[in-house]
Amino acid sequence: MKTYKQVFSELKRAALIPFFVIGDPDFDTSLKIVKAAIDAGADILELGIPFSDPIADGPTIQKADIRSLKSGINVQKALKFIRKLKDYKDIPIGLLMYYNLVYQYGIENFFTDFQQAGVNSVLVADLSIDDADEIIAPAASAGLDTVFMVTPNTNTQRMKLIASKTTGFIYAVSLLGVTGSREKLSDMVETLVGKLKGLTRVPVCVGFGISRAEHAVMVASAGADGVIIGSKIVQLIEENLDSREKILSEISSFLTSVKNSIPLRS
Amino acid sequence: MKYKGRFGDYGGFYVPEVLIPALEELEDAFYRFYEDVRFVTELEQLSKDYAGRPSPLYYAKRFSEYVGFKVYLKREDLLHGGAHKVNNTLGQGLLAKYMGKTKLIAETGAGQHGLATAMVGALFGMETKIFMGVIDIERQSVNVHKMKLCGAEVIPIEGGSGTLKDAINDALRYWTAHVSDTFYLFGSACGPHPYPTIVKHFQSCIGKETRQQCLDEIGKLPDMVVACVGGGSNAIGIFSAFIEDKDVKLIGVEAGGRSLDSGKHAATLVAGRVGILHGAKSYLLQDKQGQVYDTESVSAGLDYPAVGPEHCLLKDTGRAQYVAAEDEDVLDAFELLSKSEGILPALESAHALAYLCSQKGKLDKETIAVVNLSGRGDKDVGIVEKHRPLEQASDR
Ligand SMILES: Cc1ncc(COP(=O)(O)O)c(C=O)c1O
Repeated sequence: MKTYKQVFSELKRAALIPFFVIGDPDFDTSLKIVKAAIDAGADILELGIPFSDPIADGPTIQKADIRSLKSGINVQKALKFIRKLKDYKDIPIGLLMYYNLVYQYGIENFFTDFQQAGVNSVLVADLSIDDADEIIAPAASAGLDTVFMVTPNTNTQRMKLIASKTTGFIYAVSLLGVTGSREKLSDMVETLVGKLKGLTRVPVCVGFGISRAEHAVMVASAGADGVIIGSKIVQLIEENLDSREKILSEISSFLTSVKNSIPLRS
Repeated sequence: MKYKGRFGDYGGFYVPEVLIPALEELEDAFYRFYEDVRFVTELEQLSKDYAGRPSPLYYAKRFSEYVGFKVYLKREDLLHGGAHKVNNTLGQGLLAKYMGKTKLIAETGAGQHGLATAMVGALFGMETKIFMGVIDIERQSVNVHKMKLCGAEVIPIEGGSGTLKDAINDALRYWTAHVSDTFYLFGSACGPHPYPTIVKHFQSCIGKETRQQCLDEIGKLPDMVVACVGGGSNAIGIFSAFIEDKDVKLIGVEAGGRSLDSGKHAATLVAGRVGILHGAKSYLLQDKQGQVYDTESVSAGLDYPAVGPEHCLLKDTGRAQYVAAEDEDVLDAFELLSKSEGILPALESAHALAYLCSQKGKLDKETIAVVNLSGRGDKDVGIVEKHRPLEQASDR
């Protein structure tokens, strides 16, 4: 199974990491969409299992969660989804979760079952580093990497603590706020990435609000190891619900253009 | 964070990283000021002159005759704003002022907490935004109007079931984007640490007064203390003074909605399973997978799928007992108190009264029950009218 380490060391530029809600708008279409994203050059995937109360997400991803839940997605179907993706291509997958779904499934079982399906890490959006011990041991024994978030208001001491507990990559949140596409890239990105890069050798991937190729270029130029694009892509699904074909073509061409703009590392 | 904020295994602060600095700042400020002489003096003054504390303990003689034992009402309904909520909003509002914050946000269900926040927003000259579900806006429209008159902006929340849970989701999202200058004035003894501790502290005046009033006026402690439980603030406020008095039964009454079997209720402690929502581990109404249910209750203030962590612990240790009252029985209790005493209770508080009605004829006539009458029912007249048109009510 391909690891984050392999991807980051092989790539000569920042990794392209699209985010999808599994099952948005339904299982089969969602699978086609994610495969198209892989074909368009995704290096790593971030996938979410929908939750009824996603407090870290803005309207776009909230609506995707609702579409997916309405189509009948649950944790078992998400496992099946990931197995099918891994049959298609061996690409690293990070899961983005709200804690209650993991907790109800049973933390250890959740990590073991998803590792076996082909997942590399599970980021729990509403579990901070202060309670990370609830998931670190189960993650390690299941053979998963850890991914934690750092935000622009995280202090230096916490950044160091977070880095010390992270084996996969640090998910650097570009702004103060929830997910959602934005016209402008947050002016906090450069400082945040620069600071993290000075503190740790753990790879740093940046997400939240990255909506255009030029945003990705700026993030990559700031020294990030990966660029995570969520709401912008999910929005392309929402805007084209009447044509499955159009969803695929729009997402492919968007990701291709981003991929082609990300500069080689100097 | 200095403390874990746990009650047994319940509670904690399960929030995204971005909110941690704000919760840390709040925790730090609370422990710095809550015993500070200047802070305490100022809060006591406001509680007295602005809110109207202490609230009376009233022997409800005719209601008592109906149920067959002695019922005393702790009259939080007489406070400014019409509910216990002002105890908490004065405390947290003052804390916000001491912290130098100039903007307040709050969620609200029944609109009582929203109104109490709008009041202190006006009092302290702070810009105030209230998040409220669209269903609640419709059914508690009088309070919406009052909030606006106090200068607050009311933000309607469409998502989910348009009730308290959805209002909290969006208030948390808004806070995430405005952590640096905004104080989130949380309305109940739930949510992430340090809120359960802070809200309990500011509501504990209810219990302290009640206990002393019992000793002074009745000459002994009551046999039971009964309170309704939404998030759990009025209940923990009155329970807290009696926890060590092992002979005093503590009874929390949740919203049984249409009925427990129908699934259309908000009886979290009675029918829920442990889970994590809104920053805390607590009992939670959810499906097998962990998706949170939309709840249902005639009372907007109890219409919430989670509950304060300390109540979870009190349930598990058996120190308190939690039951549910169904909508129809609650409406009966509302009418009964109105008719027998000329006091219109909030539908939330009427849940506690409905429990007493269910004990009619089952308790010794010397039994003393204290009910936290957490709020007044003016806001609910429209709902009651809809369920029980007046001709029908007068036949009862
Ligand atoms: C009068 C009244 N009582 C009780 C409640 C329930 O809240 P809690 O359980 O926090 O006391 C509310 C909430 O809006 C209320 O307005």
